[in-house]
Amino acid sequence: MTETARMSGPAGTSGSGRLGALLRRPEAGALLGTVGMLVFFTIFGGLGFLTVASTASWMNVAAGLGIIAIPIGLLMIAGELDISVGSMVPAGSMTVAIISGHYGLPIWLGIPAALLLGVVVGLVNGILVVRTAVPSFIVTLGTLFSVAGLVLGFSVLITGTTSVAITAPDLAKAIFGSFYIQGQFQVLILWWLLATCAYIYFLHYSRYGNWVFAMGGDKVSARNAGIPTERLTIVLFVLSATSAAFVGMCQAILFNSAQVSGGQSYIFNSIIAVVVGGVLLTGGFGSVIGIFLGTVTFAVVNQGIYYTSFDRNWSSLIIGVMLLLAVLMNNTFRKMALNYTPRKGNR
Amino acid sequence: MSAPILALRGVSKSFGPIDVLHDITLEVRAGEVLCLLGDNGAGKSTLIKILSGVHQPTSGTIEMDGRTVTFDTPRAAADRGIATVHQFGGTFPLMSIGRSFFVGAEPTKRWGPLRIYDRRTANEIAVKAVRDFGITRIDDGDRLVGGLSGGERQALAIARALHFGARVLILDEPTAALGVKQATHVLRIVNEAKRRGLAVIFITHQVMHAMSVGDHFTVLIRGAVAADFRKGEKTREEITDLMAGGASMASLEAEIEGYMASHEGHPPPPHA
Ligand SMILES: Nc1ncnc2c1ncn2[C@@H]1O[C@H](COP(=O)(O)OP(=O)(O)OP(=O)(O)O)[C@@H](O)[C@H]1O
Ligand SMILES: [Mg+2]
Repeated sequence: MTETARMSGPAGTSGSGRLGALLRRPEAGALLGTVGMLVFFTIFGGLGFLTVASTASWMNVAAGLGIIAIPIGLLMIAGELDISVGSMVPAGSMTVAIISGHYGLPIWLGIPAALLLGVVVGLVNGILVVRTAVPSFIVTLGTLFSVAGLVLGFSVLITGTTSVAITAPDLAKAIFGSFYIQGQFQVLILWWLLATCAYIYFLHYSRYGNWVFAMGGDKVSARNAGIPTERLTIVLFVLSATSAAFVGMCQAILFNSAQVSGGQSYIFNSIIAVVVGGVLLTGGFGSVIGIFLGTVTFAVVNQGIYYTSFDRNWSSLIIGVMLLLAVLMNNTFRKMALNYTPRKGNR
Repeated sequence: MSAPILALRGVSKSFGPIDVLHDITLEVRAGEVLCLLGDNGAGKSTLIKILSGVHQPTSGTIEMDGRTVTFDTPRAAADRGIATVHQFGGTFPLMSIGRSFFVGAEPTKRWGPLRIYDRRTANEIAVKAVRDFGITRIDDGDRLVGGLSGGERQALAIARALHFGARVLILDEPTAALGVKQATHVLRIVNEAKRRGLAVIFITHQVMHAMSVGDHFTVLIRGAVAADFRKGEKTREEITDLMAGGASMASLEAEIEGYMASHEGHPPPPHA
């Protein structure tokens, strides 16, 4: 490694220098994973996998997951975890469906209400984590169950069922829940891409991103350096809970109905996307592009399996093995990044 | 002798029922190194955490340039020119040198309607600041801090502390866990800071390190000032005894040697 770095000259402009620089980035493993999976399913899924329908199916899965996975990843980079998103997705769906479906109130009341619920739960998570110093896994496990219970309880109390229908007006549907391009691609994909760009700016280009990394690297030192670590932690929890409520809200509008259950898969899926994307579980290292690629990889495996001759049950095996490989690979690349010394031989 | 930049007047600190510091009074002056000595748990780190705004005193006052001040946050102390490199801290292993250097004070530039982190400026300044302290091996601000040696990291933390216009530099055991060469380097940095006219508070467990840079020595024993003297007023043996919490090192050593002589060269078993 040092050999290629040294040979590549001071500016590191040759091909091998650029490859070395790429491998030292957090998203190196995720990029290999994405490319690998796309190739794998193109080979085993054949032309079926490359169709518009197939592309749409994995992108639709990736969109919802990605909007949640990125803030989860930011929390993980900052050294925290949020698993309450598992009940925030149905909570967002049910809130908008009960307000605008069951009660028939305007959708422009239901949508902010769903998002507001996300803000409130995020505040509760964040404040509890900051004030009590209880690990965020436990705090958000508590809110995961509490919110699930609340949603189920209120839903049965108010509507008498666990599933509520909602018909959103055209404009709301156009913005939050409809299919475009041959009626196959959810508008959520656009939200996902926009969110990804915004998060790239936030984490990698704004100064606040530096604070997130510093917090995950060493919380005490970060606080001593003058960073408002508590406020930033709370903001990140609000982001993740609100994002999950947003996805739930969009799904209710898209499918014209909301269910109490069905959000739990987001917990593990988002963590998988984040870890495959090269974020260090213990914090301090990762990238938005990596999480984006991790999400794509997950979605491709999740949906691509339908286009192969394999039984769909194998997709869990692939995801499990991929997760382990990704962690091992990311550890290797991170060590390379740590040991990297430019032009070592010259001095 | 110049007036003190920073002083503690009768400062005590308790954490709930635990009294850690009792009635501490001390002063630091520009261009002078104050060595804070004492056994493990004597309260050295707690004392400097009060000076750097991490903790607030339970009673007593902090004075800067003769006026009473309060530091509610580390930021407040830093804004007044108190730069601290805490024990076990100060750098972020998985961050680049440039980013780590500017944590909490990132340089930004305009990019369209947005303000973005100015990586080039950050890297240039960080690398230059570290090189000014003689660490010429560092020339790429994109390198990760975790790949640096202990001495280089310490130099980075000190350079960072000094860069933001510090008047008082506080170093909590900067030479612990360093090899002889790297420790020497840190000591040289301390002397350089002193030459630039800073007041330095230096904590160490090594008598030689203290004696090589210290102008003024304060010894804490169980949270109280047990001795306060200037360079040349005490011998190395006396300082060692004070640092060990008042026990006579010489008699302790004699005891160990006596034990070893009567036990075929084996040292005594550690006491529980
Ligand atoms: N936040 C806290 N809460 C309760 N007790 C504390 C706290 N911080 C420090 N102490 C106690 O105060 C005493 C002094 O600790 P301090 O860290 O200041 O010692 P020190 O002189 O720096 O020791 P060392 O040389 O080992 O670094 C110890 O007994 C410690 O347990
Ligand atoms: Mg200490």
